[in-house]
Amino acid sequence: MAHGAGGKASRRLVEGLFAPLLFGDSQELLTDAAHFAINGAQVAITTDAFVVKPLSFPGGSIGELAVNGTVNDLAVSGARAEALAVTYVLEAGLPSDVLEAEVRAMAETAHRANVRIIGGDTKVVEHGKADRMYITTTGIGSPIRGVKIDAHSVRAGDKVVLSGPVGDHGITILLARGELDFEADLRSDTRSVLPLVEALSHAAAPGLRWMRDPTRGGVATSLNELARDCGLGVCLHEESIPVRDAVRGACELLGLDPLHIANEGQFLAIVAAEYADAAINALNLAPGGEPARIIGEICDQPAGSVLIGTSYGGSRIIDMLVGDPLPRIC
Amino acid sequence: MKFVDEFREPELVRRTAEEIRRLVDPHRHYRLMEVCGGHTHAIYRFGLKDLLPANIELIHGPGCPVCVLPMGRIDDGLALAQDPNVIFAAFGDMMRVPGANGSPLEHKARGMDVRIVYSPSDALKLAKLNPDRHVVFFAIGFETTAPSTALTMMRAKADGLRNFSVFCNHVTIIPAIRAILDSPDMRLDAFIGPGHVSTVIGCRPYEWIVKNEHKPIVVSGFEPLDMLQSIVMLLHQLRNGEAKVENQYKRVVPWEGNHAALRAMAEVFQLRPYFEWRGLGFISQSALRVRDTYADWDAEQRFEVPGVRVTDPKAAQCGEVLKGVLKPHQCKLFGRECTPEHPIGALMVSSEGSCAAYYNYEHRKAAMVNILSPTA
Repeated sequence: MAHGAGGKASRRLVEGLFAPLLFGDSQELLTDAAHFAINGAQVAITTDAFVVKPLSFPGGSIGELAVNGTVNDLAVSGARAEALAVTYVLEAGLPSDVLEAEVRAMAETAHRANVRIIGGDTKVVEHGKADRMYITTTGIGSPIRGVKIDAHSVRAGDKVVLSGPVGDHGITILLARGELDFEADLRSDTRSVLPLVEALSHAAAPGLRWMRDPTRGGVATSLNELARDCGLGVCLHEESIPVRDAVRGACELLGLDPLHIANEGQFLAIVAAEYADAAINALNLAPGGEPARIIGEICDQPAGSVLIGTSYGGSRIIDMLVGDPLPRIC
Repeated sequence: MKFVDEFREPELVRRTAEEIRRLVDPHRHYRLMEVCGGHTHAIYRFGLKDLLPANIELIHGPGCPVCVLPMGRIDDGLALAQDPNVIFAAFGDMMRVPGANGSPLEHKARGMDVRIVYSPSDALKLAKLNPDRHVVFFAIGFETTAPSTALTMMRAKADGLRNFSVFCNHVTIIPAIRAILDSPDMRLDAFIGPGHVSTVIGCRPYEWIVKNEHKPIVVSGFEPLDMLQSIVMLLHQLRNGEAKVENQYKRVVPWEGNHAALRAMAEVFQLRPYFEWRGLGFISQSALRVRDTYADWDAEQRFEVPGVRVTDPKAAQCGEVLKGVLKPHQCKLFGRECTPEHPIGALMVSSEGSCAAYYNYEHRKAAMVNILSPTA
């Protein structure tokens, strides 16, 4: 199960098995979407499978995730989503109104994200074999002009930009499962981050080095992957990382770290220091980008790791998530 | 966030850290043991060691209930879960702890019905929702969690609920501290006393430590300011040659403990004559079993439990780390054979285990400091 949770085990599975057998000896870093040329035209492609329990939750549903997730994977690779293909894996006996609600949600979300759904496939499996419904989306995008995402271009002194509060989606899902005896006024942050990525690229494209949407495994996992890929350290300031009180409270109670919690509507960017102010100003001006801020910088040390400093002078290493986040007792 | 931010206030933290620096005798080495795993976790999470002078050494104690559980007990519990009619419920902490044939999470992936619950009453709720199945709650913890297990069993009995039982692994804190103090290779100056256990047992049970061992103990909260203030209180005692029990965590811990909780424990549980602790061996009168009056809700009395005993891998030095004799990174397996992904001992699993805390928050930092300040 840990191999699907987005942390270390997932990465080992991809790097140890999938990449060498499927991608051949290509030495490119693993990113959210692949960029390549067809007859001279640059395109980006990505695919993602969506499994979530429950299917709908405050702020969204699996249909919305399936559109936004793929749009976002393209966006943080530096591409604008143009078209999606969808596969539904449905359980026998799934009520038709549940299916219809998700199809409608996908249509509305795709409309909002300005992306066309151009094809798809449906499979039905036995009852109890697919958590009611799985959705896979594959997205094709066109590169955003002037944006080149490459972990190797990251330099010490670059700034770490975060688009908004972390942990909303993961904690919302945890609460929506109804296994916890507490409630919070919290919604999933699922949304397309493409408008924000475009605003950022207009203002700071030449200084934009790297982006990632911190979904499973959270901000901690994304930044650890960056640290490993670029061979530098990531130093964060704890007090500058936006976390809603409800998320902090739930994490305190459950012994979880907000930096390990999944997000579905945020992204991280590494921006050259001289472009950092322009980047933040542009994001803050864009609708939904108001909470964006600089949360740290790239340092020479600790090479390959993420270090977080507290406001009173302490510090700790933040590792990738191992498996799913599990709550503590005492 | 209320009740949290006040205890992390940067300026107060800085001032308290300064006070600690003023109070330490530079010619003396201080060895303070934090008994509780929650404190170990807090020390690393908040990076408190960065704030302390180098001659204050924090020794991690045995107060992580997951870590002290011998592997055989996990296998015993999971043996019950083999029955397809059984729902095996446990706290999240337990889920990655390795048994001889894998952790509860791995058993779940193989198709066993293993559920994470957040309290024993959630396990009871599962039993009510699944009247055709039997729910076994794998109970762990010190006196912190034992009362809620007891109250849940009292509720099950009152409701006449027959499809619920508890596999009891509750242990008690005082015998563990005694075992540490009896260990010949252990030299300690003072104790940071466990906070949450003390909400139940109060502060009185620690008085023998100050009387017989003449070592100060301060029962402490878990926020950065709590822990630093407790260290200030210990340093005052040490400087004055005193040994008292003091209560820093007054906002939560009553001096006399929680009588209602203690009564519930006594109603349902009695002391086992002895119990095996990982790393510490058999300790007499150190754990709880279910009383015969609650036999119907005691998984050990209701089912055949194999009574597995598994010895830890020879190279693992969990015992020495649990007793504070070795630091996590001094174990031969640390960071090599034993990592959070492939834990050999439970100390590497639980977020309260000192090895996991050290691995996650500290050890690459230590490597970095070595790079930055090469020893001449």
